[in-house]
Amino acid sequence: MLYSMRASRTGNIWQHVDWLTIGMFVLLAVFGWLNIYGASYTFDQTSIFDFSNRAGKQFTWMMGSLFIGMVLLLIDYKTYDVLAYLAYGAMLLLLLATPFLAHDIKGSMSWISLGPVSLQPAEFAKCIVALAVAKYMGRYEYKIRTWRDLIVPFALIGVPALIIMILQKETGSALVFTAFLLVFYRQGMSGYVLWMGVAAVALFIISIRFGAVSVPLGTGSVGILTCMLLLTAVEIYFICKEHWMRYQALILVGSVVLIYSIFLIINIWIPMPFDWISMGIVMALVVYSIIIGIYWRKLMLVLVALFTLFCIGYTHACDFVFQKVLQPHQRIRIEVLLGMKEDPAGAGYNVNQARIAIGSGRFFGKGYLNGTQTKLQFVPEQDTDFIFCTVGEEWGFVGSIGVLLLYLSFILRLIFIAERQRNVSTRIYAYAVASIFLFHLTINVGMVLGLLPVIGIPLPFFSYGGSSLWGFTMLLFILLRLDAARMEQLN
Amino acid sequence: MINDPHYRRRYVISGIAVVVVLVYITRLFFLQIIDQSTKDQADNNALVRQTIYPSRGLIYDRNGELLVFNQPIYEITMTMREMGKDWDTTAFCNCLKISRSEFDERLAEIKDRRKNRGYSRWTPQVFMSQLKKEDIATLQEELFLFPGIKIQKRTLRDYTYNAAEHVLGSVGEVNQNDIDRDPYYTRGDYSGRDGLERTYEKQLRGEKGVEVLMRDVRGRIQGSYQNGELDRTAVAGTDLYVTLDIRLQLLAEELLAGKIGSAVAIEPKTGEILALASNPGWNPKKLVGKERSKNYNALLHDPTKPLMNRATQAMYPPGSTFKTIQSLVCLEQGAITPNTLYPCSGPGSTPIKCTHHHGSPVALDRAIEQSCNPYFWCAFRDLLQKDGKERDIHKPYEKWREAVMSFGLGHRFDDTDLSEQSAGSIPSTKLYDKFYGKTGWKAITIRSLSIGQGEILVTPLQLANQAATIANDGYYISPHLNKNDSMRILTPDGERLLHRHNLDIKKRHFEVVKEGMSRVMVYGTGRHYAVDSLHMAGKTGTVQNPHGRDHAIFIGFAPVEDPQIAVAVVVENAGFGATWACPIATMMIEQYLTGEVKRKDLRNRIGSAILNEGVKNW
Repeated sequence: MLYSMRASRTGNIWQHVDWLTIGMFVLLAVFGWLNIYGASYTFDQTSIFDFSNRAGKQFTWMMGSLFIGMVLLLIDYKTYDVLAYLAYGAMLLLLLATPFLAHDIKGSMSWISLGPVSLQPAEFAKCIVALAVAKYMGRYEYKIRTWRDLIVPFALIGVPALIIMILQKETGSALVFTAFLLVFYRQGMSGYVLWMGVAAVALFIISIRFGAVSVPLGTGSVGILTCMLLLTAVEIYFICKEHWMRYQALILVGSVVLIYSIFLIINIWIPMPFDWISMGIVMALVVYSIIIGIYWRKLMLVLVALFTLFCIGYTHACDFVFQKVLQPHQRIRIEVLLGMKEDPAGAGYNVNQARIAIGSGRFFGKGYLNGTQTKLQFVPEQDTDFIFCTVGEEWGFVGSIGVLLLYLSFILRLIFIAERQRNVSTRIYAYAVASIFLFHLTINVGMVLGLLPVIGIPLPFFSYGGSSLWGFTMLLFILLRLDAARMEQLN
Repeated sequence: MINDPHYRRRYVISGIAVVVVLVYITRLFFLQIIDQSTKDQADNNALVRQTIYPSRGLIYDRNGELLVFNQPIYEITMTMREMGKDWDTTAFCNCLKISRSEFDERLAEIKDRRKNRGYSRWTPQVFMSQLKKEDIATLQEELFLFPGIKIQKRTLRDYTYNAAEHVLGSVGEVNQNDIDRDPYYTRGDYSGRDGLERTYEKQLRGEKGVEVLMRDVRGRIQGSYQNGELDRTAVAGTDLYVTLDIRLQLLAEELLAGKIGSAVAIEPKTGEILALASNPGWNPKKLVGKERSKNYNALLHDPTKPLMNRATQAMYPPGSTFKTIQSLVCLEQGAITPNTLYPCSGPGSTPIKCTHHHGSPVALDRAIEQSCNPYFWCAFRDLLQKDGKERDIHKPYEKWREAVMSFGLGHRFDDTDLSEQSAGSIPSTKLYDKFYGKTGWKAITIRSLSIGQGEILVTPLQLANQAATIANDGYYISPHLNKNDSMRILTPDGERLLHRHNLDIKKRHFEVVKEGMSRVMVYGTGRHYAVDSLHMAGKTGTVQNPHGRDHAIFIGFAPVEDPQIAVAVVVENAGFGATWACPIATMMIEQYLTGEVKRKDLRNRIGSAILNEGVKNW
């Protein structure tokens, strides 16, 4: 029995493995490699295999990653579960030690150099955290019932994220761990948490863009007041099913608009302190909501009012975080993105050049190696974080869409794989993998397209770099190994 | 799973992925299909980023006298990719008055990636550099004929005086190492290579500006991009005011001519270096521009080592000048009192002979005045073996060493802006343990230390600082060169000097030593060079040296009541300290305190004396 199982495992691993995913992986990596060659193609006549240029090195990394993938597939699938916590502990130690072993590369302390090459331990942390989270949440008795059940999973992702952010100053790599929210969501975490996340980001942007509540008419106060007003009205409308209450809500909104208009008109002759007026109206609304909430016995109304209060506090907190906590370069990136500051020579220059490079690709692109913008002097980081520029310029709209759709199929395939698992912990791991790839794709391409702030994280399999390629390879091939074992796990 | 209540959430997550990709596709559609503006910006027009070089900060002396300034030069760069087939090489060569073969040779050099690691057809490569205005005048007019060619203006250093080259340092082209370390630099940039130019590189260099221009397919500049929105003006470097007094510096260098040696003058109260001369040196104009590498090589191979800043890097035993420190440490640690007497039998003394003739026994002031070797040997012996009996001298020796090192000896001045310094050496017990074994050495073994000979090594800078410390009655401010208040901070109770080092030696001990040092200038070895109007204190030293004649050393300060200047002079292989080092030092003091040297004959005699035939006038 034991013998036959082992025989079937070793004999059939190549039959059970998901070749479709491997195919997509190879396709992405090879296309990425071609583009790295394109991006660093400034020195004529060097071969794509020459180790002295980036493409040649990437080829070596790719061969290494194939080898790593093979090894990972040949390891007994139980190993990953058994060693999950041990590996997690070891990884924490390594992350803690990294700043002391590392050289300062562009302000980040995350690279350990081993002879001629440098490794970034943070890239491998994702995979190990995913395994640990999967093991913890995959236990038979584990269920997300209250928020207490999420404390440990949040700690599992939070600790390495904080180490990477604070000690290694790699905000991008740390933010990747927020991808796990999707995994928690799939496992039963309330959807409100996701919405709160989205709302928090939205409010952050509004309060930074329009400068909290203490900015005069035309920007912050009116914007935030309008948001609050609409929010409150809509909430009252939905919470209160009875018609007479809805009329009350409409009357309320109407009167606020009226009061505001009166102040606006007075403002023509006498300048009004609109920040205080907005603040007063919002406060009045809050008090009103609490009173009628108690009076009508509608708890939700009270909660909504408290939430509004919280939001006001939050916008101020955002302002504080933005001004005091963020590093200057991070602040500039956000300001440039939100159009608050013109810095085309610095942070804006990259984004602007990326836009020009992609835009100049038009429908069919300029052709492989014919790009003029994605050369040394225009787009910085063109073969790492800004590699998508090269795709956009040389392969055009067609090529870019092709790459995006390939990624989409890849991620959807991973979700499909996740859902076919019978073992909960494997499913959780699979979702973690899918979420991490989705996060990288979203942030990286969003940054290159000028939709998101410049956060330096790589495009999986595409960006130049051994650590990231190997990190992603480990992430993927451990999943493929676990997936291939789903038949065995039945026995 | 069948019972999974959250089964449907897979669609939400998949939905998020689909929405993200759809949003990005929409954005791509707008960028690549709808938006036509990028086509004009990028399709056939490329942007050129032209660097604007800032002018380097000037250097002035303490009185605002200009020492270092800039002269304009030009360089020609070419971008291979833009040089079309019909590029007229002959006309280009004519413009620059170079031959076709020179052109081809230079081109091959640029393209050789072993010599030019950063070569790219896409980026401008330096074709010729360091050209004068008249060299490029013709080309400038016909520049439009030669696509891919650019003329870049840069600046070179120029100098008002042929002086202080070791202190000022020089500016040269950056190497690959610098470029890797600091992304500010690109190939062909200049940076301070040594001296102050290197120490204050960040302040002096300013900040490069950039001009973003548009050009068409033929490389013709179409004008500035987006109305110059992306341009950044260059920020000129900040000027540097140094503590040197150029008159004093010139005098020191004049007096050192024809000799190998150095002279350092410090303002004791502030630690400001008034003069720091080292001979042989070179004319700073020689290490500028095209000639730089050739001249630098020649200097490097000169056996007299002119590139070495002897004032801060050369190490000598301090000889008799060390007796000042020896007195202070012995007084402080209780080995002697000002009244302690020791016998001296002149040249017949053992174990160390006395080189002077004077009465016996002597007290401390007379011992300093007459530089009596036996006195200091006895004091040192009594310090290490207090009751005259044999015992472990490790502890008293370490205590002595610590006190000696508190004068700034045996280590570099870390809190200062002098880039090239030697540490010197005050031997540790470890060294002697290694030589003689743990119990194999006692006071008699290391007797040479008592008179500043043996394993002890100091730099002229440390000697001058030692004189300043004595002048200050027991403290020193690390000697430094920046006058711009870099060593000062503002405190609630006014301005305070940073880097003040207090010694653990009582003020009354300094009175005794200062008395002895004033006597040196009246009755002792320095009496011939006293100046009536100036109350000077000093100590000569004649240092035995295995490489030839003795080194002449002198330290001193003046006026004794309120010291304004402390000086140390070392002249290698010159003989008696009193003969060569002392007159140089007293003339420097005279110059600084009175503004002129009245002893014209002495000045001429010392200045024109050639003690070392090998010293070249670079």
